[in-house]
Amino acid sequence: MTPTWLDTTEAVDKVFLYIFGISLALLILITAVMVFFIIRFHRSRQTKPKDIPSSCLWLEITWTLIPTLIVLSMFWYGWQGYLSLTNVPSDALPIKAVARQWSWSFVYPGGRTSSKLVVPAGKAVRIAIVSEDVLHSLYIPAFRIKKDAVPGMTTHVWFRAPESGSFDLFCTEYCGLAHASMITTVEVLPADEFDSWLQTPQEAAGTAKSRQLLEQYGCLACHSLDGTPRIGPSFARLAEGEKVQLAGEAEKSAIVNREYLKRSILDPQSEIVQGYPAVMPSFRDKISEQDLQLLIDFLLQTDKTSTSGERRP
Amino acid sequence: MGKVIRMGEFFRRGFLESTGEQPSLFEWIFSTDHKRIGLLYLYSISTFFAIGVTLGLLIRLELIAPGRTIVGPDTYNALFTLHGVVMIFLFIIPGIPAAFGNIMLPLQIGARDVAFPRLNLLSWWLYIIGAIMALSSLAGGGGPPDTGWTFYLPFSGETTTNVSLAVFAVFILGFSSILTGLNFITTIHRLRAPGMTWTRLPLFVWSLYATAWVQVLATPILGITLVLILAERILGLGLFDAARGGDPLMYQHLFWIYSHPAVYIMVLPAMGVISEIIPVFARRPIFGYKAIVASSIGIAAAGSLVWGHHMFVSGMSDTAILVFSLLTFIVAIPSAVKVFNWVATLYGGSIRLDAPMLYALTFLVLFSIGGLSGLVLGSAATDVHVHDTHFVVGHFHYVMFGGTAFAFFGALHYWFPKIFGRMFNEKRAAWAWGIMICGFNLLYFSMLLVGLRGMPRRYYDYLPQFAQLNRLATYGSWVLALGLLFMAVNLLIALRRGKHIGANPWEAATLEWTVDSPPPPENFAVLPTVTHGPYDLEQAGEP
Repeated sequence: MTPTWLDTTEAVDKVFLYIFGISLALLILITAVMVFFIIRFHRSRQTKPKDIPSSCLWLEITWTLIPTLIVLSMFWYGWQGYLSLTNVPSDALPIKAVARQWSWSFVYPGGRTSSKLVVPAGKAVRIAIVSEDVLHSLYIPAFRIKKDAVPGMTTHVWFRAPESGSFDLFCTEYCGLAHASMITTVEVLPADEFDSWLQTPQEAAGTAKSRQLLEQYGCLACHSLDGTPRIGPSFARLAEGEKVQLAGEAEKSAIVNREYLKRSILDPQSEIVQGYPAVMPSFRDKISEQDLQLLIDFLLQTDKTSTSGERRP
Repeated sequence: MGKVIRMGEFFRRGFLESTGEQPSLFEWIFSTDHKRIGLLYLYSISTFFAIGVTLGLLIRLELIAPGRTIVGPDTYNALFTLHGVVMIFLFIIPGIPAAFGNIMLPLQIGARDVAFPRLNLLSWWLYIIGAIMALSSLAGGGGPPDTGWTFYLPFSGETTTNVSLAVFAVFILGFSSILTGLNFITTIHRLRAPGMTWTRLPLFVWSLYATAWVQVLATPILGITLVLILAERILGLGLFDAARGGDPLMYQHLFWIYSHPAVYIMVLPAMGVISEIIPVFARRPIFGYKAIVASSIGIAAAGSLVWGHHMFVSGMSDTAILVFSLLTFIVAIPSAVKVFNWVATLYGGSIRLDAPMLYALTFLVLFSIGGLSGLVLGSAATDVHVHDTHFVVGHFHYVMFGGTAFAFFGALHYWFPKIFGRMFNEKRAAWAWGIMICGFNLLYFSMLLVGLRGMPRRYYDYLPQFAQLNRLATYGSWVLALGLLFMAVNLLIALRRGKHIGANPWEAATLEWTVDSPPPPENFAVLPTVTHGPYDLEQAGEP
């Protein structure tokens, strides 16, 4: 019956080929007949129109029936392909994808998290997609899969990457200001490398941990570490005691300290840095107290880029 | 009442002539003459089209290269939202029915006006009020709306931009559309001239009739949906908020229950225009009149049941996907039947390639590309890959621009001599057409390809592998804009200096060509009695 174990790319491309093939043939046929009629019956060749009937029942029936059969076959073929996208192999590795404005984070069995989607080569993975705020959509063109992330719902996709490599992953449901930056990568590792990656414990503290938290909560989509201008102010020059000019009618300002940073994360709309849009979502109830303290420690550090590999400005 | 002047003495200006009873602006904006209201629509729709084109050009300019080119992401998001709102609600939906339908419907059925002339004027006023509100959402408050024309919740409930104003503007525009639909249905039922039987109705009238029913039945659902957005934004009801037991998918269903049939509001009148132009320039009666009428009604009916194909990846159930995919393929059949009948009309004709015919024939090819590229969007498996990519953007521009807008330009050239009594320069018109089709295909075919390669839509910035096709598309947009400008200039010159022509320059057989060009204010001195079909061209000139 259904080709259950067909990989997604293969299943979808067969349908593309079928529909595009027939469509192209029809388009060429219609255009060619039209052009032939225009030339053959141009008034320079045909000064008087022929006196022939202007309706014909069997012709109408023919050119209703044939397209009907064609589109029904396309429908059926497309539906069969779609079933391959929904029939998940039972041994698929479960991964959870969390979408938020404007970043992705992925949670693996055993609790490891990452901002890139890391998967083993040759093994099916099943991704459960959730959203923390508005609609998003997880799209991996290379594997022909896409599914919306809907608040309050869990949706699923599956795919199997035949060999290792890097592929793009996009958000394709418009989600606000930095929708176009909600891009990440699918890293396909050889199966054994993936297993050892999965088992490597993530650091519990220190710069590496902070860096991982920044990625997990999507901070870096809008705030750079090296001073590069993005949607929000860069973290590069944040330091204890520094004065920050705030937006508003009066000359408002704030002094950078632990309290200020905490307010900025949990209630970002209350103090907007001058010159930046008021678009940051609140992280109240989304970040644990421990992670919050770790992040604040990191943000007050003077050297934020040393382990990241990015150059200082 | 128009002055009666013999032909040849000096040029008659018909309904365009001022009566001198009121200041000249007032006698237009408060006129209940369907032809004047139609012209008001034509001028306002053309203005908004020019604004929409400018916004589109800015979008393309930003996308000429990856990264920031001319605007930031906030401005870009506002640009595509307004481009969509302006083009859909201010240009394509009212486009052909409100402008050409208003002018030609009473003339084509042998009536002196529409059934409710004052309601007709109210429709135009509602349209203008809605349009001004939509454009004023650009200025002030939280900044221009940035949700896309689809206003998807929950984002549109949360954004701080002027979404409420834009949504209310669309709500008002909906009423304008409903009233026009109501007016046309009544007019077609009640005001046909003696002898104008249902099978002698011009196909343009039939298409307006089918469209009007969709307008009357589907637009109220848009109204309700927009009120629900406002309720969500202002009262915070939580109807679509999952955290409070609401459902974000319900909004998408409600939105597309109107907005998919709206696609047929946009394209059916265009098909009607094509059915008028092809027989006249092929000098053959339309092939399969009854099949074309049946397919218009089929499209209007089946088109109301396919909205779910916008939601194949939304998280909707698989059963719903099965049903909506099947229905979507069914609605392709009547469109195909129309195309075959139009091509068959050419057989055995004596074809003249004047400007209206060039646009009509281009419609056939571009609409076919649009329709055929829609098949992979209707098929469940392939839609998953191309949904919300530039492939969709390319597809609907082939249908909406290559289809409806090219039919609009065809109608403009076809009826221009009737409305203004002057003829445009044929050579320049053909040049403008040639430039436009080159630019058009460069622009939108590149979009189809870049979408197939996986570039998502509504992206301000994109990855380097998409750069080449995007650059080509932007070049195409410049060529297309040049063609549009050329066409507009040619018609504007003709408005002033075009050669005067008689009642029936194209030797067509429908009733509008039996009256003077421009038509007199009362249309027909004596209501005609119709004795032949709309495409019996040997009887051209006789009622």
